[in-house]
Amino acid sequence: MNESLGDTGLILNDPLLWEKGKKGRCGFSLPRRDVESAPLREDLIDEGPDFPDLSEVDVVRHYTRLAQWNFGVDTGMYPLGSCTMKYNPKINEKYASLPGLAGAHPLMPADLSQGALKMMFELEEYLTEITGMDATTLQPAAGAHGEFTGMLLIHAFHVRKGASRSKIIVPDTAHGTNPASAALCGYRPVAVSSNEDGILSADAVAEVMDEDTAGIMITNPNTLGLFEENSKEIAEIIHAKGGLVYCDGANMNAVMGVVKMGAIGVDVMQLNLHKTFSTPHGGGGPGSGPVCIKKHLEPFLPVPRVVRDNGTYVLAEDYPESIGKVQAFHGAFGVMIKAYSYIRRMGPKNLNKASQLAVLNANYIKERLKGTLHLPYDRPCMHECVFSDKHQAAQKIATMDMAKRLMDYGFHPPTVYFPLVVHGAIMVEPTETESKEDIDQFIDAFKAIVNEAKEDPDLLRDAPRSCKVRRLDETTAARKPCLAG
Amino acid sequence: MLYLPHTREDIASMLETIGVDDLDGLFSTVPEDCRFTGDLNLPEALTEWELNDHMKALSDSMATFPAYKVFMGAGSYEHFIPASVSYLLSRSEFVTSYTPYQPEMSQGTLQAIYEYQTLAARLMGVDVATASHYDGAAALAEALLMAARITKRRKVVISSLIHPLYRRVVQTYFEPTEYEVVQLPYLKSGTTDFAALDDMDDLAAVGIQSPNFFGCIEDLQAIGEKTHDKEALFIASFTEALAYGLLKNPGSQGADIVAGEGQSLGIPRSFGGPGLGMLGSRKKFMRSLPGRLVGLTKDLDGKRGFVLTLATREQHIRREKATSNICTNNSLCALAAAMYMASVGGTGIRELARLNYDKAEYLKAELKKAGCIISFDSPTFNEFVVEFPSGFEATHRRLLEKKIVAGLCLAPYYSELANHYLLCVTETITKEDMDTLVSCLRSCFQKSKQA
Amino acid sequence: MKEINELNLPDDLRYADDHEWARVEGDKVRVGLDDYAQDQLGDIVFVELPQVGDTFKQGGEFATVESVKAVVECYLPVGGEIIAVNSALEESPELINKSSYDDGWMVDVKPTDLSEIDALMTSDACLEKLKGAE
Repeated sequence: MNESLGDTGLILNDPLLWEKGKKGRCGFSLPRRDVESAPLREDLIDEGPDFPDLSEVDVVRHYTRLAQWNFGVDTGMYPLGSCTMKYNPKINEKYASLPGLAGAHPLMPADLSQGALKMMFELEEYLTEITGMDATTLQPAAGAHGEFTGMLLIHAFHVRKGASRSKIIVPDTAHGTNPASAALCGYRPVAVSSNEDGILSADAVAEVMDEDTAGIMITNPNTLGLFEENSKEIAEIIHAKGGLVYCDGANMNAVMGVVKMGAIGVDVMQLNLHKTFSTPHGGGGPGSGPVCIKKHLEPFLPVPRVVRDNGTYVLAEDYPESIGKVQAFHGAFGVMIKAYSYIRRMGPKNLNKASQLAVLNANYIKERLKGTLHLPYDRPCMHECVFSDKHQAAQKIATMDMAKRLMDYGFHPPTVYFPLVVHGAIMVEPTETESKEDIDQFIDAFKAIVNEAKEDPDLLRDAPRSCKVRRLDETTAARKPCLAG
Repeated sequence: MLYLPHTREDIASMLETIGVDDLDGLFSTVPEDCRFTGDLNLPEALTEWELNDHMKALSDSMATFPAYKVFMGAGSYEHFIPASVSYLLSRSEFVTSYTPYQPEMSQGTLQAIYEYQTLAARLMGVDVATASHYDGAAALAEALLMAARITKRRKVVISSLIHPLYRRVVQTYFEPTEYEVVQLPYLKSGTTDFAALDDMDDLAAVGIQSPNFFGCIEDLQAIGEKTHDKEALFIASFTEALAYGLLKNPGSQGADIVAGEGQSLGIPRSFGGPGLGMLGSRKKFMRSLPGRLVGLTKDLDGKRGFVLTLATREQHIRREKATSNICTNNSLCALAAAMYMASVGGTGIRELARLNYDKAEYLKAELKKAGCIISFDSPTFNEFVVEFPSGFEATHRRLLEKKIVAGLCLAPYYSELANHYLLCVTETITKEDMDTLVSCLRSCFQKSKQA
Repeated sequence: MKEINELNLPDDLRYADDHEWARVEGDKVRVGLDDYAQDQLGDIVFVELPQVGDTFKQGGEFATVESVKAVVECYLPVGGEIIAVNSALEESPELINKSSYDDGWMVDVKPTDLSEIDALMTSDACLEKLKGAE
């Protein structure tokens, strides 16, 4: 352990905000009072919120210490499968905080908002081109929100045809947001299993597809990190019965410049700007989930839409068949700026290269770890590979134990116990921004841990030892919930 | 490319380990007829220095504070953000981490969100608050769906004085459901007319915004009582979170669920997003809440720690039966709000909110003196509606040329309110700015009279 | 998790496919979750029970049991009216883990048709089924 990343830390404790401070302190420069106090009806007010009073130093130390208890991509490798934890370029942050963009009011007249509208218009064009679709809306605020928007579009499409359908096909490998998003639109998800190769067979889809089924939600590449090889044939089956194909594009990082989803039968898909397009996750968000569609869904897109008219950009509302709005304003504009600047910095060749290297890194890990860990689907993978804890069963060591031990070696664990079709799944997505040396170090750490599992399994069961806290009691947290102090 | 670390040698040796000849060989499982073989039609890569110029040009084309004096809120408010908040918020351990699935490695995010939940709950006057939602409109839509699920009833009623764009989001969310959305009209006083509730049945929820879209403070207590008489849930919404630094919070006036927008709490306007959807409820509805929740617990050594909890409500476990499909939230925005609330503090937020109120009252009085009509006589916080002389549109445009945004024209949202404008005054507007606005208005009015 | 030979499946109960047990007590039937189900779920953190007076058909969804990372719906093994619920589970859901056949009972049912119980498995049949599934 002496040579590894995770030795010790300089971790200082800090109490909760309201356990600090003293009444009368303030960490905010109160603006000058240049008007008289006006009369105010007493019955409208009370004593105000019970917030602690803290100085600026109190606040700065508090959050600096909290930050040190956290691990981010900037700290080290974060191979969380299906989350695409690639490096977040710093220049993107600078652009998002440019005063004209960060300070812009969303309801200003269009002629005073040309820069923002131009950026949005161009970003829509770029995403449309990358996916091979016909148009894009930037309004959805996250991947699941994009899925929901996509389902609304499909729903509107069928309603206009006078046939509201009641079901939607969702493979067993799908992320939980898929069935939940479909259910929000009143669709009943119909499960379909993947075959022995870990992908969907056309026959399995044909068996469940009928005229009461609105379409299929298909994640491609799927959550096993495999390309859905039969997707074109599946799309034909769905289309033949009047259904539409929704593609969960969360894993688009594998195929930029390699596959255009619009060319393989996809009618509507979402992108996750906070995955493929390098915007940071911020500990859970904000994200942005643009939806790209084919021509026949365009009338239903959310409003307002950014339109170019004689070289100027306007916000157009006049789309009578639109599903309406999914956000009060234009979506997560601040996130869009970062994705935009990423695409402009990368250019077409580097975006394609990024996908190639993401797939290279994942296959390299798969090859080098497959003797060490059980690999349920031994086939070429895309941007991620899925192992299991089957080989460790004899030592009664589970995926979670290995995941926690990785922390002591200075790595964020992979996604664990997902997808559900693999028992004890370990889903590794290195992304293209990890160098060969960092990946080799990760592989060596995993090998060492598997060795420890045989020789000293308690090292795993007691892990982690080098974080701010040891394993936490999630049972009591759920039994006696304490959600506020 | 500086984000792609692989050297030619790295690639060659990794390909050898994998056993394929070239990078293209990695995609052998993608069928020929699915492959795209051309080049993406995108602009060529720019250097950082070239992109700096391009982005600056985009930014410079925007009309923003402080060059512009923006007397417009309507759901997006200009408030001062302390440098310390922006600075702390850029800590990359917060910025570049994922949802805290591995709590031992995410105690920073988790404690910060727990603290946010606590301060948010205190501000809204509820027992529990969620870790955040996309924006105020989505939070309101989720709150209404939640009420329908809890009560197993089909009708939700919302005030026509809820932000018009929030109502459109609610309509979109409810369109494919079996639930019905009904709107309540408003009174001459600028508040909701809830008399119609008497004749309604099968009521799941009543949703009211206060301060409402006209800036007027609603009598939440009275509407809440009427709602509870109908055994429906009372949902309070808001777009200006700072108002509760001064006004009685919705929870103390009977709200069962509170949902609104927290952008005012240290988050830049950013052309409308990302914002902060705030959502909270009474404890008894805790298990019906959509979205992430952080809870307090202990580690193996008995040390205090935090975890994501009550996860069985969520999509990754309950799939189509989940309380929502939400996965990503707006965690970093919640963190900004927590840092802001901590910085301003209990004493500070009251003073700051009072200053907003006083400044808005000052402008109201000055406008009255200049001959404008204050449309509604209900008390307001930092926004209010003004009726200007007819043909004000041209004046509004002339003022824009002088870099003054004299409020939001209400006619597109309420066709009966021609020449009515919604004005907003926050602490960022000085007395001098207000005096300039009023004197410009006076001279414009004078000119049009002479003409 | 327990091996099959470690499971406790008392002889005097009947078992449904989804691992609810039923015990005839005079003219009522007491219902709970069996040892296999509680063991698979792990630490139970929350139980949602029906109201007294609710009625269900055989196989009707009458309760939800949650562990930290799983949730199962429970189906009533015998149709009828709920005449009592074990309210102790509200505060102490772990009773199902600790004492699945006694203190961890879930509801009492006044059955519409007591003969429905004959369709349920005996403990031997239940064990055989689990072995077959292995």
